[in-house]
Formats: sequence, C-alpha cells, structure tokens
Amino acid sequence: MQELTITSGRHMHHIDPHLTIWGWEIPVYLFLGGLVAGILFFSAVYFLRGKSDEMRTTVRVAPLFVPFLLATGLFALFLDLEYKIHLFRFYTVIRLQSPMSWGSWTLGIIFPLSTLWALMHAESVFPNWRYPYKWMEQAMNFVKKYAKILAWLLIYYAAILGIYTGILLSAFNARPIWNTAILGPLFLVSGFSTALAFNMILSKTKEERHKLGKIDLMAIGTELFLIIHMFMGFLASTEIHVEAAQLFLGGPYTAPFWIFVVGVGLLIPALIEVLDGMHKVKSTLVPAFLVLFGGLMLRFIIVDAGQFSSWIF
Amino acid sequence: MARYGMVIDTKRCVGCADCVVACKTENNVPDGYCRDWIVEDVRGNYPELHMEIRSERCNHCENAPCVRCCPTGASYTDEDYGVVLVDHDLCTGCKACIASCPYDARYVHPEGYVDKCTFCMHRVREGLQPACVEVCPTKCMHFGDLDDPHSEVSKLIRSRPNHALIPEAGTKPKIYYLL
Repeated sequence: MQELTITSGRHMHHIDPHLTIWGWEIPVYLFLGGLVAGILFFSAVYFLRGKSDEMRTTVRVAPLFVPFLLATGLFALFLDLEYKIHLFRFYTVIRLQSPMSWGSWTLGIIFPLSTLWALMHAESVFPNWRYPYKWMEQAMNFVKKYAKILAWLLIYYAAILGIYTGILLSAFNARPIWNTAILGPLFLVSGFSTALAFNMILSKTKEERHKLGKIDLMAIGTELFLIIHMFMGFLASTEIHVEAAQLFLGGPYTAPFWIFVVGVGLLIPALIEVLDGMHKVKSTLVPAFLVLFGGLMLRFIIVDAGQFSSWIF
Repeated sequence: MARYGMVIDTKRCVGCADCVVACKTENNVPDGYCRDWIVEDVRGNYPELHMEIRSERCNHCENAPCVRCCPTGASYTDEDYGVVLVDHDLCTGCKACIASCPYDARYVHPEGYVDKCTFCMHRVREGLQPACVEVCPTKCMHFGDLDDPHSEVSKLIRSRPNHALIPEAGTKPKIYYLL
C-alpha cells in the first residue's frame, strides 16, 4: 500500500491533480499539421509521377487549401502560447535537442514552400488567374521551372511535418502514454489517411475517389497495426507504461478511444470502403468524413491522456 | 561547474510548511502557485507502516528534460552552480518544459512565463542559503556543492541511507532524501 498526501502548497492551476496545460489548440494544430502533410505529400508524389490531370484534385485542387489550413493550425498554436509577444523567440535559435524547435523551423520552411506550390496550381484551377504585378508572374515562372525540385522538397518536409506531430509528444518521457516511438509513424499515417479523405471529399471524379479510397484502406490497415503494436509495446514495458496503457484498456479513455477512434474513425470507414469496392453499397462520402472525425479524435484523446498519465512517486 | 544540490533529512522534517511560506514570501510566488510543497508518503500495511515527510521542489536534474525540450533556450543549466533556471525574457510559454517534467515542478506564472524553484540563486550568489533552508525550524534541509567531498551535503549523502525521487526516469535529480 502506498498513500501520497500533499499537505501544503500544491493546488496549482492546470498542474494539479493532473496536467491540463494543453487544451483544444494543440490537438487541432496536430490534426491540421498531419492533414497538410498528407495533402502536400500526395500532391507532390502524383505530380512527379505525371498524373496531374488524372489525379487533378489531389495534385492541383487540395494544395490550394493548404496555406489556409496551415495558417489556422499556426493560429491555434499562437493562441496556446502563454507569452504571445515572444513568438519570435522560436526563430532566434535552432535547438537540435528540442522537437518543438525542429517543428517551428519545419513550419517556417513548409509554409512558404506550400504557398508557392498552391500558387503554382492556382493558375491551372482558375483559368482567369492573373498576377497584379509583372514581377510576381516572373517569380512564379521561375518556381514552375524548378517545380520538380519543389515537389521533392515538399515530399521531404511533409514527411518531417507529419512525423513531427507525433514526435513532439513522444519525446516527453515524463508522460508515459506519449513516450512511445510508435506515435510518430502513427500520426504520420493518420495524417496521410485524413488527407486522402479530404481529397475524396473534394474530388469530382469517381476514378480518383476510388483510387484514393483504395490507398486510404491501406493507410487505415497500417494505423490499426500501429495501434495494436503500440499497446503491445506498452504492455511489455515498465510498470508505468503498463499503467498508462490501462487508461485505454479499462480506464477512463477506453470508451472514447475504441469507439470514436478505432470504431467510428477506422473500422467502420474501412468496412464501408471494402463494401464500396465490392459494389455492395452505394458509394458515398460517409467514410471520408468518418476518417476525418477519427483523426481529430485521435489527437484530442492522445493529447488529453498524455497529460493524465504521469510517473508514480 | 559546481553541482549544487540539496539534502533533506526526512527523520527531522515535521511537515510544518515553513519552507513553503518562506519560498512564497522570498520569491513573491503568486496566489494559487508554489515552488515547493510538502508530501506525506505512507507505505506498507498496518501495523507495519512507514511514513516519510518530504519537502519537494524542482530537482534541478543533471539530465534535465526541461532544458533539452525548450525550443528557445529559456530553460538552461547555470554554468557556475549547475542549477536549472528559466530566462523569462526567452520564454514563450509553450509549456513543453511543464509536460517534460516528471516531478510536475513547473507552472505558468500569471505574467506568461514558466516559473519554478531557482534554489534562491539571488541569495546563493550573495553567499546566503536558499530561503527554505534558512527558515527550516528543525534544520532538516541542507544545501551545497555535491561535487565538493568536504561539503555538508556530500558528507550527509555518504553517511546516511538516502534516495532521490524517480531516479528511474533517468533525469539524475539533485535532491536527496535521508532515510
């Protein structure tokens, strides 16, 4: 038996009885970061494969949303900062040991790159697109000349951004439920899955939707594998990791996680997509919306559960 | 670099919380927050019970995760004393350091920056003891250089059984509790 009683001092706002330092802003940012990473990744990959017309939504239309999605995510991050006027401090130093420093510099690079990528494709999506100044047109011609290099850069940085959204949390040894190397790949694949779902919603052709659905099915399968692997890792680890896993295996996060993330967000859309592929059900956008919902719930639940879990002392 | 730390005698500590009050007064800690606190840790099964009263605070870890994860360098280890401090001018209030601390020793000051125990460095640099050590009525708290074999803290660690908090977290905490 062990009983810990805090007899004086500790009733700190957002710290006791467990952390509540990160509210809705962080999961929303992580969701949008993963979504953007996925959109840019698939856009650049299909562009390089010469399928800009066949996969028009994926390559040309979806990237137009990226600067707005990224700006929304960054605004959420800004809202989370307690010392907002010190935002610029992120960009006065590069700290290689800090995942958050990696993330802020990655965002600083990917934001202008993705904006150029979006502008490049805006011309083909909007036929009447005109630049107000000549120098802008010249600058975009220069970008178009090096579009392949830009695409490769986007693939690289999109992968970093997607995996970073998980590594940001997994680097915190003090929060056992976050402290697993699986979280990076899991958030990366989940981000790809939500991006595929986003593209499916935007796509106007049946062929593209069908292709995206097939890839999404593989992403969902990978996610399920990673989730099972994550819990196997926890249960085979130290006492605190076993206790952290119990939060999801009988504890307070059991119902929300297995129902909303695994059930509604992964298994049901996967089942519908399989039946759709077999022409057993009418093709709808329901699975795409469910995947987006599941991706958002995954981040909300993991961010909250991590703050709930801590070392015992 | 010296390696300043603390040794707290749990046989002497009565949990009076004078250290908590002294810290709040000395460092003008805002209402609702604290840099140190008292924990009663009871273990065993009746009638074989063991109670330990501990005055806890930031452990000024040698392998400090808060310093590693800080994106701006606001959390740093002082080069002269080996104490973990926060530069308020560099802090963005991102709260990564709070999430990284297994001791939950940090909080967001109402002015926006992250705050925690400094071992009263403003006093130590003038040759004084930290406020909590100074006021302790049972003299259970000791502060000094852990690297100096002749310091009181080093002698106490050598002479008495002791433990640190959550050493398994790998942070190398620098506060030792004498048993």
